[in-house]
Amino acid sequence: MVALTPISRKPMSFVVPTVAAAGAVAGIFVGAAQGSSLLGLLVGAALLAVIAVIVMQDILPERMMKWIVTAGFAIAGFILAGLPALIIGALFGWFFGWFAYWLFEGRYRGKVAPYLTSGQVLWHFTFRVICGAIFVFLITPILVVMPLSFNAQDFFTFTQEMLRFDPAGYSLKHYRDFLTNPEWTNAVANSLRIAPVATLLSVSLGTLAAIGLSQSHVPGRRAIMAILISPMIVPLIISATGMYFFYAKIGIIGTYWGVVLAHTVLGIPFVIITVTATLVGFDNSLTRAAANMGAGPVKTFFKIQMPLILPGVISGGLFAFITSFDEVVVVIFIGSAKLQTLPWQMFTGLREQISPTILAAATILVGISIILLTIVEMLRRRSERLRGMSPA
Amino acid sequence: MTFTRTLLATSALVAVGGTAFADGHMASDMTLVSWGGAYQNSQQKAYVEPYIAMNEGVTAVWDESSAEAVAKLRAMNEAGNITWDLVDVVAADAIRLCDEGLAMEINPDEDLADAPDGTKASVDFGDLIVSDCFIPQIVYSTTMGYRTDLVGDTAPTSVCAVFDTEAYPGKRSLEKRPINNMEWALICDGVAKDDVYSVLETAEGQERALAKLDTIKDDVIWWSAGADTPQLLADGEVVMGSTYNGRFFSLIEEQKQPVAMLWDAQVFDLDGWIIPAGLPADRLARVKDFVKFATDTQRLADQSKYISYGPARLSSAPLVGKHADLGIDMAPHMPTDPANATNTFLYNYEFWADYRDDIDAKFQAWLAK
Amino acid sequence: MTSVPDTDAAGRVLSADGTPLKQSLNRALRRQKLRALALIAPLLIFVLVSFVAPILDMLFRSVENQLISDNLPQTVVILEDWDPNSGELPSEAVFEAFAGDLQIAISKKVHTRIGSRLNYEKPGISSLFRKAGRQVKKWDIPNDGPYKEKFADLNKGFADIEVWRTIKTYSGAYTNGYFLNSIDMQKGADGAEARPENEQIYITLFIRTLIMSLAITSLCILLGYPVAWILANLPSRTANLLMILVLLPFWTSLLVRTSAWKVMLQDQGVVNEVLVWIGLVADDSRLALINNQTGTIIAMTHILLPFMILPLYSVMQTISPTYLRAAKSLGATDWTAFWRVYFPQSIPGIGAGSILVFILSIGYYITPELVGGTKGVFISNRIAFHILSSLNWGLAAALGTILLVVVMALYWAYDKIVGIDNVKLG
Repeated sequence: MVALTPISRKPMSFVVPTVAAAGAVAGIFVGAAQGSSLLGLLVGAALLAVIAVIVMQDILPERMMKWIVTAGFAIAGFILAGLPALIIGALFGWFFGWFAYWLFEGRYRGKVAPYLTSGQVLWHFTFRVICGAIFVFLITPILVVMPLSFNAQDFFTFTQEMLRFDPAGYSLKHYRDFLTNPEWTNAVANSLRIAPVATLLSVSLGTLAAIGLSQSHVPGRRAIMAILISPMIVPLIISATGMYFFYAKIGIIGTYWGVVLAHTVLGIPFVIITVTATLVGFDNSLTRAAANMGAGPVKTFFKIQMPLILPGVISGGLFAFITSFDEVVVVIFIGSAKLQTLPWQMFTGLREQISPTILAAATILVGISIILLTIVEMLRRRSERLRGMSPA
Repeated sequence: MTFTRTLLATSALVAVGGTAFADGHMASDMTLVSWGGAYQNSQQKAYVEPYIAMNEGVTAVWDESSAEAVAKLRAMNEAGNITWDLVDVVAADAIRLCDEGLAMEINPDEDLADAPDGTKASVDFGDLIVSDCFIPQIVYSTTMGYRTDLVGDTAPTSVCAVFDTEAYPGKRSLEKRPINNMEWALICDGVAKDDVYSVLETAEGQERALAKLDTIKDDVIWWSAGADTPQLLADGEVVMGSTYNGRFFSLIEEQKQPVAMLWDAQVFDLDGWIIPAGLPADRLARVKDFVKFATDTQRLADQSKYISYGPARLSSAPLVGKHADLGIDMAPHMPTDPANATNTFLYNYEFWADYRDDIDAKFQAWLAK
Repeated sequence: MTSVPDTDAAGRVLSADGTPLKQSLNRALRRQKLRALALIAPLLIFVLVSFVAPILDMLFRSVENQLISDNLPQTVVILEDWDPNSGELPSEAVFEAFAGDLQIAISKKVHTRIGSRLNYEKPGISSLFRKAGRQVKKWDIPNDGPYKEKFADLNKGFADIEVWRTIKTYSGAYTNGYFLNSIDMQKGADGAEARPENEQIYITLFIRTLIMSLAITSLCILLGYPVAWILANLPSRTANLLMILVLLPFWTSLLVRTSAWKVMLQDQGVVNEVLVWIGLVADDSRLALINNQTGTIIAMTHILLPFMILPLYSVMQTISPTYLRAAKSLGATDWTAFWRVYFPQSIPGIGAGSILVFILSIGYYITPELVGGTKGVFISNRIAFHILSSLNWGLAAALGTILLVVVMALYWAYDKIVGIDNVKLG
């Protein structure tokens, strides 16, 4: 879907007012911060109009012009409000440079269908901006957590030093604490001992049951389904106390297997839901065909069914893993001091000694998951390329 | 000198204690329940580490569940499976646990070490043994602190500033339970300190306290964890708030935040150990041995090197020294220091043991309104 | 090749091995059923034992009430003959039996628990029992009566008919008292009656929980739909990269995300600071975004959004874009094409996401506890409070049972309308 539409330069009557309007909007905020929104609006509009005109004269090469705008805004920001504003200014400058050329060269038309009206093109981009805002909302907490984890203080606060980018406001001490404090390292070890086993159990039991459930004649199907999904439905605090009393009676409270069992149960609904969902679209004639050709049930399962429902099994497994890895209510009840998991450690950390160590822990976990997700994505692309499925 | 003597005395006591249980085998694992944070750290440094150094092969695991100790002990008791060996609780919880038979009764003179000068433990701890099951460790105060930069020119001098939203506008943080708040409300509503509990005993008195709290209800952020108020003060999210004096100490002296604390109508309270009822003999033997060591005169004095809570033994007071890292004299930061204690409000354990259920129900209903 | 007759003497169709076809089919069906059940059985048994049994065990506490009949056995029996509406205190025999029972209860250390139990129904009884406990153990029963006067001297509470009425009302081994309590009612002189107004909180809380969960679910649909759409319609390369943005918060601990929202939303937090800095909000009228319902809704929408996006995305992926193009080429406007062609096909995804988000949010407890203040908390917070602090496990169980019934009803309705098979997660 590259370059659907031939692109062409746009007239000044379109580019200059649009860029100026963007400048005006930004100007309102900068102006408000400096004391007068109206002035900001006017200055912003005027400045951007001038930039747009210069861009359209095409005197300077595009790359150089963009650098000039970026640097100009960065310097202006620095003069107005110091070091932090320098970065904000640079970002604004980079954006406006890009925006002006994007409009001027008509690049925005490039990737949309040629028959769209300008209204539809506008909506297309508005929609993307909305989606972008939602994505920002989704990762906001992570954006907050990362800088705070380098806080030199022991609080969840953006200090003045941090906002001035003063190196004294930053420190790696919380990372040191996380990596060397046995409380934290043991907690990580415990989580890693519990979550995979619980995931494996819930995936294997859950997949079998989901296959059973997807057969056409299962007596009491709805009731069975309701029971299997119940761990997700029952509020955690009730599950936690219920299991606490019951597991104590049968003597597995505070043991490794007690926690694993509890987490397995909590993960099962996710496996059931995802796997049954993939099985809904599963064509049963495939298994019959396999049986017809002499494959036994086990072979049919691993050779025919499993590869087809694998995506469902994997995503169910991921959910189950997260459930166990992020579960705090049940483990506090069922677990024992020797089995403190990472979320439990975080919970006590939050409650008794609010310490950015948990932010350092979170940042490291996020880093690991970014790396994992990227590796998975790269592997997928590689295998696609090898199989010749991707145009790249 | 004192230290060596105490050490010798304790080792002798440990030896005696050891022979007392000579026929019973002592378990080598202990699960200790405490509050986490700096407080647990002070316990770890002052008595757990020395104890483990003296008794090779013994391990101690911490469980930071003191806040839910009563609920969990009751459940453990019901299930007949006690997994904890020693539990750190506040005095009121200890009374409750003792009343319900969930904690073991102890005999101070037999189970606890004498003072170095031979004073019996029951005398050395004195009135602080508020329940037959309670082994006091420290005295602490719940008090009010404020942001020095947010209170204007006249810094508050009285706890009643918390009710004065005109002079000190902004949010304040109070604990999400009736204890302490009800007393302060009555004091600031004009009740004399000595009459507080007799007023609070009546339904009208309870209404009156709640009505006083009602005047600031919209300005209050309710905290339930010890770390909340320090965080809120550090953020400038609240102008003033209540928490334990040890938390204020670390906020002011260790974290250097612009915060000051009041020593006015601070509520004097106790924290200590209880031994859960129904421990098997070998674990009980180990715990008794540990407790005797951990609550002797020197150990309790050592604890004050790490946190600004006063030792519960009279004989420990002269041994209180300097902070382990900061090197400041700890005595002036103790709730027991005479200069700090002039305006102390004496907390009535018996009253709260009796009325906790009643007032809690009313307070929670009021809160949810 | 032997030829097998197609029909037998009675004209029934036969299968290849000579058995009647119907019978053979039935057998095959039965075998199929058994095989399906055999596949399900391990998990079913596992869930029944390790989850359903504990829950039932817990919920059973909502009607259990043996504490009083077990520990005040004689009092309860004699008290049966007393009529609370007579306006007179029970007879001396009751008081004497009570003194005896209480002494045993004190030695077993259960008297404070009886007091706490009765205190749930009539505040004040807990202190009565505790105070009595310190004196009654010294009495010489039955020699130093009369006990009616002795108790009245001990505390005038024992001369209060209402106290005795409460003991009598809750003397059965089972009670509906906890359930009445959870709908703001109590057992009064003439059966069930409403609680005093200043003690009514549960109905409000249930309604608030439902409304806020609905708000969270709607917000999740509103925010999740565009994101799922764009993920499903972008080239898979870009979509997969953006998917990481959806999954990342999912991989971040719930506790950390909640604390991050605290940092964002508080009065001196990032959002307010930025708004003040750009001048949209005056410094002295900062927005109250936390410790109220707004805080709970924002934080929980964020936390539950992936649960909406993933099922929506998986449904939208299966909707072919050709339908939309076809609609447009037939003259539909963008909106009509979307609303009449695309949207109906995405409803299963909305349904699955909504039910998931709604059910998860209705039972949430940690996030509202941390950011909800007093007005933004759910019924689960109350359940947790009764389990961990007030130790009123019976009431917690009753509240939990009601919550569970509501959720089950929703689940059932959903299953009827959309079908549980249509729930997809990623």
